[in-house]
Amino acid sequence: MSTDTGTATTTTTTTTVPPGRIGDSPLRPDGTLKVTGEFAYASDLWHDEMAWGVTLRSPHPHARIRGIDITEALTVPGVWAVLTADDVPGENAFGLEHADQPVLASEFVRYEGEPVALVAADHPETARRAAKRIRVDYEVLPAVTDARRAMDPDAPAVHRPGNLVRHLRLRRGEENPTAPVVVSLDFEVGMQDQAFLGPESGLAVPAEDGGIDLYVATQWLHVDQRQICLALGMPAEKVRLTLSGVGGAFGGREDLSVHVHACLLALRTGKPVKMSYGREESFYGHVHRHPATMTYEFGAERDGTLVYAKAYVLLDGGAYASSTNAVVGNAGTLGLGPYRFPSVAVDAYGVFTNNPPCGAMRGFGCVQAAFAHEALMDELADTVGVDRVAIRQLNGMREGDLNITGQVIDSAAPVGELLQIVADFPLPPERGEGADPRSLPGAVNNTTHGEGVVRGIGYAVTYKNVGFSEGFDDYSTARVRLEMTGGEAVATVHTAAAEVGQGLITVEQQICRTELGVERVVVHPKDTAVGSGGSTSASRQTYVTGGAVKAACEAVRAAVLERAALALARPAADLRLDGEKIVGSSGEVLTGLAEVLGDDAVEETVEYRHRPTHAIDPETGQGDAHVQFAFSAHRAVVDVDVELGLVKVVALDTAQDVGKAINPDAVVGQIQGGSAQGMGLALMEEIVVTDGHVRNPSFTDYLIPTILDMPPMRIEVLEYADPHAPYGVRGVGEPPTISSGPAVAAAVRAAVGKPLRRVPIRPEHITGT
Amino acid sequence: MDFLQPSSWQEALDIRAERPDAVPIAGGTDVMVDINFDRRRPGALLDLGRVAELREWGTEAGVVRLGAGVPYTRIVEDLADRLPGLAMASRTVGSPQIRIRGTVGGNLGSASPAGDAHPPLLAAGAVVEVASAARGARQIPAAEFYTGVKRNALEADELIAAVLIPSAAGPQQFCKIGTRNAMVIAVSAFACALHPDRRAVGTGIGSAAPTPRRAVDAEDFLAGELEGSGLWESRGELPETLARAFGERVAAAASPIDDVRGSAAYRLHSLSVMARRAVTWAWNDLRKAA
Ligand SMILES: Cc1cc2nc3c(=O)[nH]c(=O)nc-3n(C[C@H](O)[C@H](O)[C@H](O)COP(=O)(O)OP(=O)(O)OC[C@H]3O[C@@H](n4cnc5c(N)ncnc54)[C@H](O)[C@@H]3O)c2cc1C
Repeated sequence: MSTDTGTATTTTTTTTVPPGRIGDSPLRPDGTLKVTGEFAYASDLWHDEMAWGVTLRSPHPHARIRGIDITEALTVPGVWAVLTADDVPGENAFGLEHADQPVLASEFVRYEGEPVALVAADHPETARRAAKRIRVDYEVLPAVTDARRAMDPDAPAVHRPGNLVRHLRLRRGEENPTAPVVVSLDFEVGMQDQAFLGPESGLAVPAEDGGIDLYVATQWLHVDQRQICLALGMPAEKVRLTLSGVGGAFGGREDLSVHVHACLLALRTGKPVKMSYGREESFYGHVHRHPATMTYEFGAERDGTLVYAKAYVLLDGGAYASSTNAVVGNAGTLGLGPYRFPSVAVDAYGVFTNNPPCGAMRGFGCVQAAFAHEALMDELADTVGVDRVAIRQLNGMREGDLNITGQVIDSAAPVGELLQIVADFPLPPERGEGADPRSLPGAVNNTTHGEGVVRGIGYAVTYKNVGFSEGFDDYSTARVRLEMTGGEAVATVHTAAAEVGQGLITVEQQICRTELGVERVVVHPKDTAVGSGGSTSASRQTYVTGGAVKAACEAVRAAVLERAALALARPAADLRLDGEKIVGSSGEVLTGLAEVLGDDAVEETVEYRHRPTHAIDPETGQGDAHVQFAFSAHRAVVDVDVELGLVKVVALDTAQDVGKAINPDAVVGQIQGGSAQGMGLALMEEIVVTDGHVRNPSFTDYLIPTILDMPPMRIEVLEYADPHAPYGVRGVGEPPTISSGPAVAAAVRAAVGKPLRRVPIRPEHITGT
Repeated sequence: MDFLQPSSWQEALDIRAERPDAVPIAGGTDVMVDINFDRRRPGALLDLGRVAELREWGTEAGVVRLGAGVPYTRIVEDLADRLPGLAMASRTVGSPQIRIRGTVGGNLGSASPAGDAHPPLLAAGAVVEVASAARGARQIPAAEFYTGVKRNALEADELIAAVLIPSAAGPQQFCKIGTRNAMVIAVSAFACALHPDRRAVGTGIGSAAPTPRRAVDAEDFLAGELEGSGLWESRGELPETLARAFGERVAAAASPIDDVRGSAAYRLHSLSVMARRAVTWAWNDLRKAA
């Protein structure tokens, strides 16, 4: 399958696919609504009786709370409730991996923007005004805002006992390896934001049974539920969640935001309470991508064959743990890229600081590392005089190789092929005289008519784990029901797996149609009335929830055939379900589904698990940590105005192995979006934090690529089935975000001729000003 | 909050005088952002959208009278020939949606040092016409209109009626730096206008000082050099060294700060590059026209 979005053509190598089934690209139910502005996002939630909740946040990166006076706020007419830490009935703590984050700060605030108090009022404006009348007496404390400083034994501790969240130590091969060629570099990656378009939002409705129903935009309903129960001191059956319209996630909705707060206010007031962040608050309301400081060294033979790698990776986790532990896990175990290294020493650290908390974001630890290992690969290539593509192919992983944790890569690892595909793509034409200004760096801002513009080309390749790693019990649940409705067979699929804009609903329907041979598939709202669907992250849902839906369909099909076997007095093994017919071994129609089902529904609920993963050895980092690996390569072509430091990405072409494209259009969409996000980090996306304060919490100054920044893409999708995965699928969503940025950075370096060891690359870096 | 909607200019001026707590609103692309972010909580909005005169433009004696409420889109569509510098700047403002709503009057009202209309107005020698019910109309040269960071010369009872901009007698250019290729607030900006009729050079600097400002020394320097070397007459090639020296003088006129959008050093550097390039393009256009 290959796609050139410049000319909007898609060709697929698969033979004709029945409409709506696996391999086809049925239209998404949310697509038209989103384009026309009619989609109901969580921020559109409404209840006639509802009150509005707002959050008072800390202005300080680090302070002791001496006292909070809410009396004045309570006197504001229209205010229903003002809550502080004292009002949290359960444990005042939440967190994805460790419950270390207070629902509302009690003794200390540890980052700017930390929630301190809540107000519910009959109008959001009233609530905001009342919040301003809450008097918090802060004793400002010294803040640790530099990750390296946080590692010092004498640095102030953000938490007891100290600032280290995780040190991943990985050792493999020789202890003190030497090599004839040694290259090294330092690299820094700034703090990227998920910049999803739909800010955090939810509506909590108190229920008659004393429980609560929460409608919220999130990535994992059940892990939210677990944390809310802890904070509310309520059992799971009293805390019911339903997914609301999600406007993008990218990891930024893995941690709780409005969830507990809205529930607390609703339970206190007895009224439905809506909370909805504005854009600025959203920048304080979710975790970001960890900024990284890295030092890498590669040793190689004179022909460029890698001998060893040493890597030091330091991730700034900010004030709370969030998923720092797992991000360090990825940066450590995958942080040398898809290459073969006989000897390896990696030390990856995650630390607490008083900066904004960092956690999950698309690419999860691999993104930061890829900038370093890909820059160093180029350095090595140049040092030994080998072509930059060839050196990656020389050292690239192949199926059957061991990675740096000693895990066998036991399905396709087409590193060399992916690189070859992108290297063989035709190059964009040279810039001609009288080029459209929009095609030049600066575009209509009219900063060059060609002066100073130099072209550069860069390559990058990556691999990323799919699914949760290091022994996590990673499963999804699916319930599938088959029944006749109005003379037509209808399948209903019920999972709690969050649709966040990636197209999971369509995938679930396609799987049901394929497995059950029905046309109509109803997708039940995503809620906690069914078992966990796991997280919509780690590129895992098509694999794991897809696997669960497939398994549930198989169970339904088996049950239907059992019934038919009974009725027809034939062994079930001789029967097939085809269309809405029961068919015998030689294809003869024996009876209809309608006859077999009658008025009954056949329903099955299945939990699906991928192969288990394992913890790594604490001393050596060795172990089968991951379940699956996904590979992609990018080639970027850029024009840089080297005098002004402005960049125009001319081409950003890619090849990726997806195992099996369940929905080819959705696959291409993921690759386009992921590539844009990676490019954004290379060139512009950064939350600028000075002394613990966020300086650009707005889309005015947190820049994300526009249509004039993102070129049309050439995309080649390979489908090397993973024999261990349902349908052979391989996660798709993250790899593009990992390899695109380093390719763009490499292309800029090639054009500028400077090392440029920090991203985002700013005009100042290019021009030395 | 009251929403006041005068349907005539006179009525607008009367309300302006009576309601000092009212904030005028044209396209609303600055006002509404301020209100949404709670930076401003006016007692009333004075909507200028129904004042027809503000949305018109016309020419008289070689001067374009641009109503304060003419949106950027119309400037790009209607005035690219008469006001090329302002049209180029208008083309870089925000996104299509913002250009449909946003106005030069609003840009002047906000008087942000980063406003894109300001450099071409300065370079063209524009005059801002303001009026009050009590004292009638008065004219303020653009260079005197900007009085401080986001402050202008308007009195509390005044409204901006129009901008008077001489039709271009020669080539004009506008350049703007942003760290992405569209929808970006200027990190620095530069406009220049060649006035071959009076053998003068006009400039305007944006985002590199507390207010938009001219680079007067650079203007005089270049005009003088062109005079001295007979280039106004010969229309010979602009020497690279001259363009470069001009660029340096433009940068010298700026007094930028370091902020989250860019460093002061980069602002100075980029100004000198933009000024050199822009004046070269303008000069080449002049030669072509000859
Ligand atoms: C997404 C976005 C992108 C933007 N991009 C840019 C950009 O690239 N470049 C740029 O320069 N600006 C940009 N802006 C800012 C804004 O669009 C401009 O400043 C625009 O010119 C404002 O015009 P307006 O008609 O919308 O003004 P309004 O918001 O209506 O008013 C702005 C100010 O002027 C006053 N005012 C308006 N008309 C009059 C009058 N006749 N008399 C007296 N006072 C008056 C108002 O009281 C107010 O103080 C952007 C804004 C947004 C929201």
